[in-house]
Amino acid sequence: MSQAESTAETPAILSEVNPAVLPRATLVKNNRSFSWITEKICGIIEGKTPGWWWVCFGLAGFVASWTVGGIIYLVATGVGVWGHANPANWAWDIVNFVFWIGIGHAGTLISAILCLLRQKWRTSINRAAEAMTIFAVVCAGIFPVFHVGRVWFAWYLFPIPNSNYIWQNFRSPLEWDVFAVSTYGTVSVLFWYVGMIPDLAILRDRFYKAGNKTRSFLYGLFAMGWRGANRHWSNYEMAYLVLAGISTPLVLSVHTIVSFDFAVSLLPGWHTTIFPPYFVAGAIFSGFGMVLTLMLPLRSLYKLEDLITQYHIDCMCKITLATGTIVGYAYGMEFFIAWYSTNPYEGFAFINRAFGHYAWAYWIMISCNVITPQFFWFKKIRENTALVWILSIFVNVGMWFERFVIIVTSLARDFLPSSWGYYSPSIVEIFTFFGTFGVFSVLFLLFIRFLPIMPMAELKAVTPEADPHAGHDHH
Amino acid sequence: MAAPLHGVIATFDTAAEIYHAAQKVRDAGFKFWDCITPCPVHGLDGAMGVTRSKVPRFSLVGGLVGFTIGMSMIYFTGAVDYPLIVGGKPFFSPMFAFPIAYELTILVCAFFTIGGMFVLNGQPMHYHPVLKTEHIHRGLDDKFLIVIEARDPKFDAEATKSFLESAGGKDITDVEG
Repeated sequence: MSQAESTAETPAILSEVNPAVLPRATLVKNNRSFSWITEKICGIIEGKTPGWWWVCFGLAGFVASWTVGGIIYLVATGVGVWGHANPANWAWDIVNFVFWIGIGHAGTLISAILCLLRQKWRTSINRAAEAMTIFAVVCAGIFPVFHVGRVWFAWYLFPIPNSNYIWQNFRSPLEWDVFAVSTYGTVSVLFWYVGMIPDLAILRDRFYKAGNKTRSFLYGLFAMGWRGANRHWSNYEMAYLVLAGISTPLVLSVHTIVSFDFAVSLLPGWHTTIFPPYFVAGAIFSGFGMVLTLMLPLRSLYKLEDLITQYHIDCMCKITLATGTIVGYAYGMEFFIAWYSTNPYEGFAFINRAFGHYAWAYWIMISCNVITPQFFWFKKIRENTALVWILSIFVNVGMWFERFVIIVTSLARDFLPSSWGYYSPSIVEIFTFFGTFGVFSVLFLLFIRFLPIMPMAELKAVTPEADPHAGHDHH
Repeated sequence: MAAPLHGVIATFDTAAEIYHAAQKVRDAGFKFWDCITPCPVHGLDGAMGVTRSKVPRFSLVGGLVGFTIGMSMIYFTGAVDYPLIVGGKPFFSPMFAFPIAYELTILVCAFFTIGGMFVLNGQPMHYHPVLKTEHIHRGLDDKFLIVIEARDPKFDAEATKSFLESAGGKDITDVEG
């Protein structure tokens, strides 16, 4: 309300205290017009495939083949090809699952929570972040499905009548997780798709005009005959708001239920009530790390500096800083509670994490997750895009190690010293995991090649051109 | 045979222009008309006299259906069809059934919300007279359009055109049906 003084019922106090006008950050720089936005975003899809895209796509496809190969080998041989053995029967599979599902959470935070909070800076990054969510859920889903061993029985996870006449144990958080993750994946796809409908309609008409009937048909098929009618916009915006409203509790519940996989067990180091908020904060932290990792190269490759401004980067860095600090607080609080509870097993579990056989992993986690984000306090660092990108990689690494530390240290050193062990991944596991980065990149590269990477309609709506009361604020 | 007339279409350059033009069309008493905009324009619903969207009613029904499915599925499987003692816990309790019922609430609600939006919008509708006009390209890009349909009782091919012109519309043409 920067121009509140122009309205009739200005409180008298305002003229006395003369408040400073706080200018709103410009979300689209250089006063770009509607048609500039359309040309810019559609131009990416309509233009010739850049050389770097083919290089990245080939590389990503090669890396993705590791996962495919690892999975085929696992299915053909048995789940013993992974390094799991008593007592660590969960290890990289669940680490990777939690890591990827956590990355997805920033996409939903940006698209849903920031939408409800009316954070308009979300508009230029939300489409790509939602795409990241979906592809991250795809990568996450691979691990729990294949860690069951006989994957052709994976449908036993769902309550489908079967020849054993027995049903799932709905008391188990693992069963809750099946519903949480599949709901999350489905709703994320729906949300992403609904957001894309108006943009697909633009592409439909542009390809039609350019004479490319096949692509016009394909975009048109999914555009559902969108024609920008305001009576449609009215329902559309309401549906979008409702989806944002239900995705917000969804995203919080998904990582809460993921944390229940651990917190509901009795294992020292897992059995803590702090897990749900701690996991959700960690998920958003890692997700923003990944958003920065993806968006900064995209911004410079496609010259999107007018749409992803320094203000956007600042906002993302600050959220990373805030959630990273929450995670750091949770690490400290876990230690405090372990001591305060006077439970010797709990106390041992945490001392062992920091100084035991896996101390190297613990200190990687601490340096990446607690120390790295603190650099974002400084404006100079936030303005150095290359440095922000490097720090975002550290965040990704740190959050993978967080899950490794939580899962593996607790399992490898449980109640009975006679059953202690040391877990190391097998080569199959290593390749399967690193291959998922290829799977993710293949999907993401296809997305930036064939779909609008930014919501054009939403970007237009935050420019001054879309304001029917240009110059004087009625609201 | 000449195609039947769908209505007339007019172009406006700015959001402010269409906002004020929409108020005039609304006040003139037209019923079957619409604005076509590249992005949602703040306050245009009010200027057009469009009432609050009914999508949330679908969402509510969807949410209730999802919650009921979740709770009754877990009750049926655990307490009726195959009661099995697990860890000495009850066959059914809304407590342990809650997380799944909660997820299904959201899942079914999402489908109903989107389905409701399509039903209310009459979509998918891949063929529409407006989509055949030249105007639509700019209407989805950077211009603002008003379409008044011929089936409106107040519609009159010539009078409506001059009315739109007086409201500030440009490039006013017929839309073939």
